[in-house]
Amino acid sequence: MSDDANLFAQQEANRRRSNWLVVGFIIFFAWVGFGGDLALGLLTADAPPDGYHHVIPFIGLVGTLSAAAICWYAWRHGAERVLWSTGAWEIIEPITPEQKQLVNVVEEMAIASGLPKPRVYVVPDDDPNAFATGRDERNASIAVTQGLLTALSRDELQGVIAHEMAHVRNLDVRLMTLLAGMVGAIALMSDGMGRMMRVGGRGGLRLGGRGGSGGGGGKGGNPLGIIVLVFWLLTLVVAPVVSRILAMSVSRKREFLADATAAQFTRNPMALASALEKLASATAATRSITSGAAHLCIVDPSPSLLSSREGFLADVLASHPPIRQRIIKLEGMSYQQAKRTAAAS
Amino acid sequence: MSAIILLVVIVVLVLWIIGAYNGLIALKNQVLNAWKQIDVQLKRRHDLIPNLVNTVRGAMDFERGTLEAVIAARNKAVGATGVKDTARAEGELTQALGRLFALTEAYPELKANQNVLQLQEELTSTENKVGFARQLYNDVATQYNTKQATFPTLLVAGLAKASPAELWEIEDVAERAVPKVDLSFNKPAQ
Repeated sequence: MSDDANLFAQQEANRRRSNWLVVGFIIFFAWVGFGGDLALGLLTADAPPDGYHHVIPFIGLVGTLSAAAICWYAWRHGAERVLWSTGAWEIIEPITPEQKQLVNVVEEMAIASGLPKPRVYVVPDDDPNAFATGRDERNASIAVTQGLLTALSRDELQGVIAHEMAHVRNLDVRLMTLLAGMVGAIALMSDGMGRMMRVGGRGGLRLGGRGGSGGGGGKGGNPLGIIVLVFWLLTLVVAPVVSRILAMSVSRKREFLADATAAQFTRNPMALASALEKLASATAATRSITSGAAHLCIVDPSPSLLSSREGFLADVLASHPPIRQRIIKLEGMSYQQAKRTAAAS
Repeated sequence: MSAIILLVVIVVLVLWIIGAYNGLIALKNQVLNAWKQIDVQLKRRHDLIPNLVNTVRGAMDFERGTLEAVIAARNKAVGATGVKDTARAEGELTQALGRLFALTEAYPELKANQNVLQLQEELTSTENKVGFARQLYNDVATQYNTKQATFPTLLVAGLAKASPAELWEIEDVAERAVPKVDLSFNKPAQ
């Protein structure tokens, strides 16, 4: 439908921004991983031929491999583990009208998104929330809490399911698994380097000294190498926090994107907005959903004052944008839609 | 040297033609698939309607005209072929059903009847599925039509035997104006 250009433009903008963030994240990861190798390489470049030359980037390789291992593990077991940890049970044959309606709504959204129907789970928790998981469209699952089923009307439920289907279609599970793997590896590297510094501080210095004296008696060896080394060590200290901030900002962009995609599926942004309104007023934490799956939920399961509050902290460390902002954007989409309909008739 | 450049250009060109051709064929299949999806849902809708009419007939005996209009519209929709024809017949059926649902609101015994409620949920869902399938069909068909009419994919459109797909237009102004009705009156939207 050509009259929904705004929805697609919103999605395009969100997608572009999150792509840039991901590129930034990968560059940051590469610097944390290979910056030390670069410094050591520069420091040992002038060493005599029989001295040590740091040619193979061991630090970077170890970091990349550990990131890959974390990702691989999450990839294989992530979906089952998340579902298992929430105590969710699958609806195979719907019994109550409520369950029938849920399955119907999921089928509707599967049609709207053109994806195969995901499996449907119910989490026995009275706080309204929902999440999607699964590594690709064919193995996707959508889980909603019992509280969500009782609190929302049919149209609102449709909006929430559309948001989750949007996460599935935009491959957010895959993206966030990748980012979580890199965040984990950076934390490991920073931790490991910190330990090595404390234990073998002298060893590190000696390495630098040897490189310097071997380089022909200059003072302190290759100055560029030392600058790179110092800068790298400094980044390593702040890397865990920075990587987390980057990953969370990607997560927030994906939430906005999922909202816009949901509006495209249902062409009814107000239903999702009113569902968010209801979810926002339910201030209790969703206890059965652990923080591991937080970025896949419709709203942050543990609203540790962050997602409800706007401000600097909420801007950098929350997995979800403030609900108010999301509602305002959805209302904007609805307004555009109404304007076009009015113009058309 | 220039021979190598020429070779590279030819290879790139051939690769592009293959890619563009495959892209068009994939879209064409998506359009066909989306249309099938609509068909499946329409069939389901046609199957559900006699059930609903039979269930409410007892309580709504004197609304015979409305019930007959639904049945007539349904039979007409079953026989329709082609995008335009189907679109018109289904639009009429939607309106007839809408009138029937509006009338059932006046019958408390129907609103309390578990069977009717269940049928209404099924029909609501099927209506929505028809709507969403139509939306997907129109989205994909638009994409397909744009792709084959714009440069440079335009150049391989003939090769892929691409022809514009017909969109499912909502012709009736009344249907366009009526928003989607939430028939599950157990939980009012806020």
